[in-house]
Amino acid sequence: MALQTLTYIVVGLTFALYIGIAIWARAGSTKEFYVAGGGVHPVSNGMATAADWMSAASFISMAGLIGFSYQGYGGSVFLLGWTGGYVLLAMCLAPYLRKFGKFTVPEFIGDRYYSKAARIVAVICLIIASVTYVIGQMKGIGVAFSRFLETTYETGLTAGMVIVFIYAVLGGMKGITYTQIAQYVVLIFAYTIPAIFISLSLTGNPIPQLGLGSTLLSDGTYVLDKLNQVVTELGFAEYTTSTRGSTLNMFVYTMSLMIGTAGLPHVIIRFFTVPSVKDARKSAGWALVFIAILYTTAPAVAGMARLNLMNTIEPTPGNYLAYDERPQWFKNWEKTGLLEYQDKNGDGLIQYSADKTTNEMVKVDNDILVLANPEIAGLPNWVIALVAAGGLAAALSTAAGLLLAISSAISHDLLKGVFMPDISEKGELNASRVAMAFTVLLAGYLGFNPPDFAAGTVALAFGLAASSIFPALMLGIFYKRMNTAGAIAGMLSGIGVTLFYVFQHKGIMFVQSTAFLGDMSPNWFLGIEPNAFGAVGALVNLIVAVIVCKLTAEPPQEIQELVDYVRSPHGEGTAVSH
Amino acid sequence: MKDKAEAYWKANVSLILKLLAIWFVVPFLGGIVFVDALNQISLGGYPLGFWIAQQGSIYMFVVLIFYYAKKMSDLDDEFAVGGE
Repeated sequence: MALQTLTYIVVGLTFALYIGIAIWARAGSTKEFYVAGGGVHPVSNGMATAADWMSAASFISMAGLIGFSYQGYGGSVFLLGWTGGYVLLAMCLAPYLRKFGKFTVPEFIGDRYYSKAARIVAVICLIIASVTYVIGQMKGIGVAFSRFLETTYETGLTAGMVIVFIYAVLGGMKGITYTQIAQYVVLIFAYTIPAIFISLSLTGNPIPQLGLGSTLLSDGTYVLDKLNQVVTELGFAEYTTSTRGSTLNMFVYTMSLMIGTAGLPHVIIRFFTVPSVKDARKSAGWALVFIAILYTTAPAVAGMARLNLMNTIEPTPGNYLAYDERPQWFKNWEKTGLLEYQDKNGDGLIQYSADKTTNEMVKVDNDILVLANPEIAGLPNWVIALVAAGGLAAALSTAAGLLLAISSAISHDLLKGVFMPDISEKGELNASRVAMAFTVLLAGYLGFNPPDFAAGTVALAFGLAASSIFPALMLGIFYKRMNTAGAIAGMLSGIGVTLFYVFQHKGIMFVQSTAFLGDMSPNWFLGIEPNAFGAVGALVNLIVAVIVCKLTAEPPQEIQELVDYVRSPHGEGTAVSH
Repeated sequence: MKDKAEAYWKANVSLILKLLAIWFVVPFLGGIVFVDALNQISLGGYPLGFWIAQQGSIYMFVVLIFYYAKKMSDLDDEFAVGGE
């Protein structure tokens, strides 16, 4: 069967499944809409969390980032940073927030710091972090459609929006949870099957995690030794040792991603859906198991696909592939602009090297590594169709989780919490649906008109989560003395420092010309890149919060009792509204 | 009652500190700061430091969380603060 038809069938089937689940899992109460009724099994929640967490970036881009841009070892910052945060979540946040038993992250901050102002600051941080994040997912949906189904970007984006709209508006957290479980299954098969094939064909070992440490079938050298040899011959940095900037930069970057991961509201609220504190702890472990399956496979895909690509272009040293004899996948991906060849010396051969003046592979997009991997490895068409469905599942599941976090902050925190405290349960459920519909449209609009700053926004989402939300939550639980003034001063100064640093290098609101210090390493504070600055913001938050808190009155007795309440699982119930 | 709650919390915090020490040492020291030294040792075809940074730490994170969950369940029972 033709690849295109097959892709339509596979993607169509997965979409039908998501819609079916949406109709089955309609939300009938605000509790179902916000926290799926609070009765999700810890393993199911772990799986849903994994799909919620792993976005288009994890699925499509991460292996390529490791393999190309971050040159191997440097890519460890993502692997470590995006998994280590779950340890922080499991021990420092999830169980206590579950015990608190309410619906949103700003709600905890508002109650714990007995302040509407604190709650509003939290809502603003949440909305900025989540909206910037959702733009990336919308783009991912449009791109996956246009590359695999050869529709226009706009058609793809519209199709994706309609699907999310149906199950998110209808089902809220309940619908989203069950679709995310289905989406996890789709995306993990789509990721691991090509990886198993490529590992088998290169090393004879079907487990990619072991394959990367094995010898090649072709000449018996270790995969990583061969990779080091091939890339260094072409002038690239050694694969297993090249760091991303200085050691300090790698250190701070990893820490920022870990703290940011633990502070992202769309991940935190997933732990409100399990029945008990015990389950919240276990569920974080299960989430990481399901995430680790992809995250430990990614470095194998990165290394092996890069080796495959190099070998295709230069089968033996000094023996280059002729452009006219390039394989079909090369032509296909040239059409999309992800690969670009320029015959600089006019010999009709493809010379690929690190030297910018002679390199003829003028564009090798990071995304090519995962997207073209099955074709490079010569895998059957159904595997390629599955990769398309997997990329879409990853983008849709993350988008839905983010949309829920945003819409619940609007309907529950702003509307019910601040402006209309007397709204009825039914009124709030309707309001949350309207907020969800509005948020989907907003995300779609931003997907159609990606703002200039879209590329730089990952730094912003993680930076804000790390420098504001995580420290505020953590201090609220672990430091009973923390009060309103300390928390607000801490959040504002954490955000302030992080934004100042990002903007000074990347431009105010990412408008390049307004950057008053160029974005290059000599200008970076201690050589730390802007994407990595969240941990510094978190530290500033912590210090300012503690100092201001010490200078002001301690929190009232009932707040200290609230802290005692969240610290112990004793007397817990399921999530309740006010 | 109050003393018991305080003892429970103290036990929790000390467990967290121990586990977070491991959480910090393995990836940040083993995978980043001392990676070059550890790369002198091989684990099959993997240099050890590289393996810690791209594989080992992730497995360890999973173990840490389940260990914490198990230990806390025991503490919940010991101090009789479990749910229900």
